Amino acid sequence: MASGNLALGQEEGESSARPRVVNDFSIIVATVNGSGSQSANSVLLKSIFGMGVPVSGKNLFPSNIAGLPTWYTIRASKDGYVARKRESDVLVALNPETAREDIMALPAGAVAIYEEYLNLSTYRDDVVCYPVPFDKLTQAVCPEAKLRKLVKNMVYVGVVAQLLGIDLKVVEKGVQKQFAKKQKVFDLNFGAVETGYEYARVNFTKRDPFFIEAMNGTAGKIIVDGNAACGMGAVFAGVTVVAWYPITPSTSLIEATTDLLKKFRVTPEGKATFAVVQAEDELAAIGMVLGAGWAGARSMTSTSGPGISLMAEFAGLGYYAEIPGVIFDVQRAGPSTGMPTRTQQADLLSTAFLSHGDTEHVILLPGSVRECFELSYAAFDLAERLQTPVFVLTDLDLGMNNWMSDPFAYPEKPLDRGKILSAEELEKAGGFARYKDVNGDAIGWRTLPGTEHPKAAYFTRGSGHNAAGGYTERPDEYQEVMDRLSRKFESARKLGPTPVVFRNGRSKVGFIAYGSTDFALRESLDQIEKEHGLAVDYLRIRAFPLAREVHDFVASHERVYVVEQNRDAQMASLLKLDLAAEQVVKLRSILHYNGLPADARSISDEFAAKEGL
Amino acid sequence: MATTSANGATGPKVNHIGLPMVEYRGGKSTLCAGCGHNAISERIIDAMWEMGVQPERVLKMSGIGCSSKSPAYFMNRAFSFNGVHGRMPSITTGAVLANRTMQALGVSGDGDTASIGMGQFVHLMRRNLPMIYIIEDNGVYGLTKGQFSATADIGSKLKTGVINELPPIDTCALAIQLGATFVGRSFSGDKKQLLSMLKAAIAHRGTVMLDVISPCVTFNDHEGSTKSYKFLQENDEPINEIGFVASFDDIEVDYDSGQVYSVEMHDGSQLRLRKLLEDYDPTNKANAVRTLMEAHEKDEVLTGIFYIDAQKETFIDQLNLVEDPLATLPESLVRPPKSALENLMANLQ
Repeated sequence: MASGNLALGQEEGESSARPRVVNDFSIIVATVNGSGSQSANSVLLKSIFGMGVPVSGKNLFPSNIAGLPTWYTIRASKDGYVARKRESDVLVALNPETAREDIMALPAGAVAIYEEYLNLSTYRDDVVCYPVPFDKLTQAVCPEAKLRKLVKNMVYVGVVAQLLGIDLKVVEKGVQKQFAKKQKVFDLNFGAVETGYEYARVNFTKRDPFFIEAMNGTAGKIIVDGNAACGMGAVFAGVTVVAWYPITPSTSLIEATTDLLKKFRVTPEGKATFAVVQAEDELAAIGMVLGAGWAGARSMTSTSGPGISLMAEFAGLGYYAEIPGVIFDVQRAGPSTGMPTRTQQADLLSTAFLSHGDTEHVILLPGSVRECFELSYAAFDLAERLQTPVFVLTDLDLGMNNWMSDPFAYPEKPLDRGKILSAEELEKAGGFARYKDVNGDAIGWRTLPGTEHPKAAYFTRGSGHNAAGGYTERPDEYQEVMDRLSRKFESARKLGPTPVVFRNGRSKVGFIAYGSTDFALRESLDQIEKEHGLAVDYLRIRAFPLAREVHDFVASHERVYVVEQNRDAQMASLLKLDLAAEQVVKLRSILHYNGLPADARSISDEFAAKEGL
Repeated sequence: MATTSANGATGPKVNHIGLPMVEYRGGKSTLCAGCGHNAISERIIDAMWEMGVQPERVLKMSGIGCSSKSPAYFMNRAFSFNGVHGRMPSITTGAVLANRTMQALGVSGDGDTASIGMGQFVHLMRRNLPMIYIIEDNGVYGLTKGQFSATADIGSKLKTGVINELPPIDTCALAIQLGATFVGRSFSGDKKQLLSMLKAAIAHRGTVMLDVISPCVTFNDHEGSTKSYKFLQENDEPINEIGFVASFDDIEVDYDSGQVYSVEMHDGSQLRLRKLLEDYDPTNKANAVRTLMEAHEKDEVLTGIFYIDAQKETFIDQLNLVEDPLATLPESLVRPPKSALENLMANLQ
């Protein structure tokens, strides 16, 4: 990768003398987009996982269909750290275009496995080089020329497995899983793995310190990406109407949702209990979501930053007309088109107040794949309980990359469909006013279209309305509704998922983070403790509006570092709006916004510098 | 007025589901006196009453503009959604998917459809979603005081003397081309034609697109306007005369099949189109579009049902939805069982 440190280390040629590095390093595979390396990367990831070693995988890909460089990083970590590691230790260089840059980016003592003719050893003498004639080996194992590009990737898996000491049996299982039940495809691919393995065994003497050794760190764990986890959450929340428009990096969330719906939600008669519509744009997608939510369906859409911008007007309608709906935003690097295949947490502020006028939205912020599942199904309950659009903000790193996790737990509580009046209840009550606060929680009762009672109907509008839903321009009637909406947002403060307090009461300074920043920050906490003997308190926000616990956390610390992946300190800004003046001055920011996922080292270093440690 | 659902009982006249017409009324109109839109609201009330549609089964959908205010002026007992400008189609799509048992009736305007709403309009037509889409078409923006819309004819003159020089969008030709399965044009001043057209529309399953020319008495009813009452009265050329026999009416009518085009509607009703334009076949798309284009060249305003396909699959059919509304399916049908999640988890290990 070009972004690494190009300065060469001092300790040239010392690699063979280094102590063994077991289950604690990063692999980077440099290939060309569209060359089919995904399956091979996935097999390698699952093989390390199969060895019982905690592992995570990240795809650093271009916004391109085929031909541009792409990288996949795999991190093995016996301690269970899954964030991006700033530097990689093992390079597999299969892309001639970037090979020089790729090897130059390695730290001293790293390993480079590459296509023999690239002669990369001429660039670095402080890197352990293993040249492999990939093309020749592939030709021998794969007679069919047009498949060679794909099969070549499996050869690298074999080489890496042999060099790192990954059990070939475990790799075999990974290949089996990848090509489930397609025997011929399995034979071809595993044959390629064996070829690579055998080549390395015969031709190389191990000269580097990196080893994968079997351990028991993955028993009972699953590997899944955040988008699939969100899709599962939506399906187990009973979503029925899905409207969407393709956009990177959210598309796979909808694909996962659709696959699950097709699997689980077709009646024995073959009828669908769901509708998935690819809309003409994001405006139509959220329009369909609100139409369906209004009519009583659990509805959702999924998008990324540009789509969120387009949804602004409808988001305000949803807020003001009080219509449930769930909007996933898998954030990518903005502004504007930005970097569609890079990650960021920079839609927070624009989503919190999306639309003109006094508008504010409920936002959920999952910080792991497990929470992608849990907060996704919670979002549907919350949307119907609060009768408002609920946004679930994840990001490309969490959404599109593979994460290890405990298995997801089945939702225990039944669906909460919120305050809906039936015809019988309406008959008993003698009528209703749609936007009246009858229970003191600022949430009105609604009827669903089709409720067969002469008094069931009401008028839904984005124009000024009174408590009965009637058109109004009267100052008192207008303000009554606006004030109640404000109180309803206070109800949301209590109903949303509470923050996760990782540690409290140990330090005068504290960390606040949210979403995928958690992965790096958790590792950073250990680094800071190890390097400075400081166990720093940490609270992770999971919802906007901010829960009381967030206020308390800030109040009980002298300084609070808000770590987030955007330039403008967006969460810190929301905190500033919410906190008392004497609390605001306690806030500091550590920001990461270059498009790559945050890494622990950078956070620890910036924290230490700012704290004068 | 009511020609097909007479009821002999004493007291207020009721329709075949036992409701008097007053149950189909709406609030008092706040549009200008004489606005064509008010006449359309009246015809909607007549048609819904005569067809015996249960008011609670109706979704009244609209966007923004004078036209879009009108759902407040008919059928108070129906559920209404006045959304954002030009986006009624998507809201309606969502609502109909959520509850396929509802009769959706959207009211839009020429600005709400042919300018800001064009994107959603064309895609709605493609999907053949079961709904009635009415454009109350006056060629101008009323609420913002009389700017031309995209359906204004070339040469049409505003009161201020401004002349429209851009070609009009023919929403009917577009709708036919894109996949709507019941497309017609009428005139708010033609009670008989509009009422029959609306009744047939209610009986249709699929997207009904009706462009109803509806003069704006304040901004576009003067000499030189092509959307004025006078112009319409002089230039309205019906291509067919619409006869509609509802399924619940036990009436046998003899007709000359050479002169009448008969369509069996989804609910068993009969639509009979007596040809006024020689050999006009309302099932021929290409011919329908050509006829409309030729009429523009002759400055004629054709009205009638231009195109109908009572058989085509709707969006609901394509999605293969269960019969019951998705909105109210029980938890047991929408949340997969615990074993389903356990299997998924096992596969990810």
